Amino acid sequence: MKKVKPGKLVSDIIIWAVVIGFTLSCLLPLLNMIAISFSGSDAVAANEVGLLPKDVNFTAYSKLLNDSQFWKSFLISVERVVLGLLINMFFTVTMAYPLSKSKLRFPAREIYIKFVIFAMLFSGGIIPLFMVVSNLHLTNTIWSLVLPGAVPVFNVILLINFFKGVPDSLDEAARIDGASPIQILVKIYLPVSLPALATVALFSIVNHWNDYFSGLIYMSKSAMYPLQTYIQQLTVDITQITDAEQLKQMSSMNNRTFNAAKIVVSTVPLLVIYPFLQKYFVSGMVIGAVKE
Amino acid sequence: MGQNSKAAARKSSGHAGKEKMMFHLMLLPGMIMLAIFVFVPLFGSIMAFENYSPAKGIFGSKWVGLENFKFIFSLPDSRQVFVNTLVIAFGKLVFNIIIPVLFAILLNEIRVKVFKKTFQTVVYLPHFLSWVVLATVVTNMFSLTGPINSVISALGGDPIQFLADNAWFRKVMVATDVWKEFGYNSVVYLAALTSIDLGLYEAASIDGANRFKQILHITLPSLLPTIVLMTALNLGNILNAGFDQIFNLYNPIVYQTGDIIDTYVYRIGMVERQYSIGTAVGLFKSVISFILIMGANKAAKKFTGSGIF
Repeated sequence: MKKVKPGKLVSDIIIWAVVIGFTLSCLLPLLNMIAISFSGSDAVAANEVGLLPKDVNFTAYSKLLNDSQFWKSFLISVERVVLGLLINMFFTVTMAYPLSKSKLRFPAREIYIKFVIFAMLFSGGIIPLFMVVSNLHLTNTIWSLVLPGAVPVFNVILLINFFKGVPDSLDEAARIDGASPIQILVKIYLPVSLPALATVALFSIVNHWNDYFSGLIYMSKSAMYPLQTYIQQLTVDITQITDAEQLKQMSSMNNRTFNAAKIVVSTVPLLVIYPFLQKYFVSGMVIGAVKE
Repeated sequence: MGQNSKAAARKSSGHAGKEKMMFHLMLLPGMIMLAIFVFVPLFGSIMAFENYSPAKGIFGSKWVGLENFKFIFSLPDSRQVFVNTLVIAFGKLVFNIIIPVLFAILLNEIRVKVFKKTFQTVVYLPHFLSWVVLATVVTNMFSLTGPINSVISALGGDPIQFLADNAWFRKVMVATDVWKEFGYNSVVYLAALTSIDLGLYEAASIDGANRFKQILHITLPSLLPTIVLMTALNLGNILNAGFDQIFNLYNPIVYQTGDIIDTYVYRIGMVERQYSIGTAVGLFKSVISFILIMGANKAAKKFTGSGIF
């Protein structure tokens, strides 16, 4: 290393300090949640828990193990992620492939794509959608969680852009050999698009896992709530509060270790897939940025 | 061989037609889903022009024209909600550009790869967590006895009820949204930074420009197209102040400053079941948003040559 100018040293220190500050701001609140979940409730109430748990115990977690609704909701969420992922991928692939073809090969594309973009940008709002779902008798079934968002338009556009980058020569050769569009899609396009497929699959998994709202409006019984809705209902029950005094009481009351444990457990599946997410979403954003 | 040439001969007409047919068939299921869950609800929006009652249905309910809209605009509540939405969304728009740009520039100055990677891994994380989870984290941070108030007390100030104080609620919404998203939002700027010609910095350094000057005269100008593009695209979202965040953090005490169009629609339509009024507010928002997004996309295309669609 060459010798460092004092000005450079000062600016280096400032830059590192600011970046570390930003990074810690993301990390510490989460670590604090984890610490709370392992702490004694008195220590939590007295606000003595920082980054390390105090009076370490597993009461919150053993209580959680016995919370049958939590695990029921956990399973509903897993089921909906699997089902939702399959449905999303089916529609993403079957729509993206024809729409990635040129205007010359598939003139109707221009009309379809207008519909798809319009569907992405304009919504009738939650009330008419709710009525459609309830008129189809989907409420209180798992279908209400996966069908309304069956076509993830953003993912479709992302995959269209990726498919467009696949060399035409591959496609051409297969067509001359008499392969049907579906054969070409399955045997040529899908295998070369694995990174893009992984990207849209991960987006879809995260969306389904994190969604609480469809559970909230479409499920009338709490026994059918997916996990995020279940947590939302228990931790954010502040809509009934009308004065500051009540809010103060609520936040000091001690469900805090228990709630923290719920939050931690519900986040574990995301942390498991996070390395993959991180690997793919940057490339996903880059593909997505290419204009349709 | 014989068969192949026959197929090739037919290819120009029959084969291509068959292929188009297959394409239509492949699109059919997806289009049906979009029709049911996007276009039928859109049609259902005509409730906004009716005095809808579930017993009579969409076709039987009384047509009232623009009455619902007149009613909404006459309510002081809805004006407040509109203002809240714009103020919160505008704050987010501004800081969701400034902070990620700043962070990307600073992170780019860190040349030790391991640390750079680690920092990125941590700051991207909150983007992937739901507001249900983060609402608990935020409530914990900002509670009366939480870490932030502890610091305030230690500095000799009075603790603040951030989430139950109309003077603070919007600021906390903007700050926590920026906190959740700045890492993720910095990705596009980091990508733009990698394409800057390093020779420019060397030249500037030989001319005696210090680091700050280099950032000001080389880095920022090269980020400008991306910044303009992101600003234009986000402008289209100016009526989306962030339902999930506010819904999970607000309470009646802060309706005055924190109630936004989407939360208002939810309460009126889904909770109070005034379907027509709720739909009317939602439709009003959808139409304006649509116009804004189309305009923003046009503007982005004009300035930078690329939009999202």
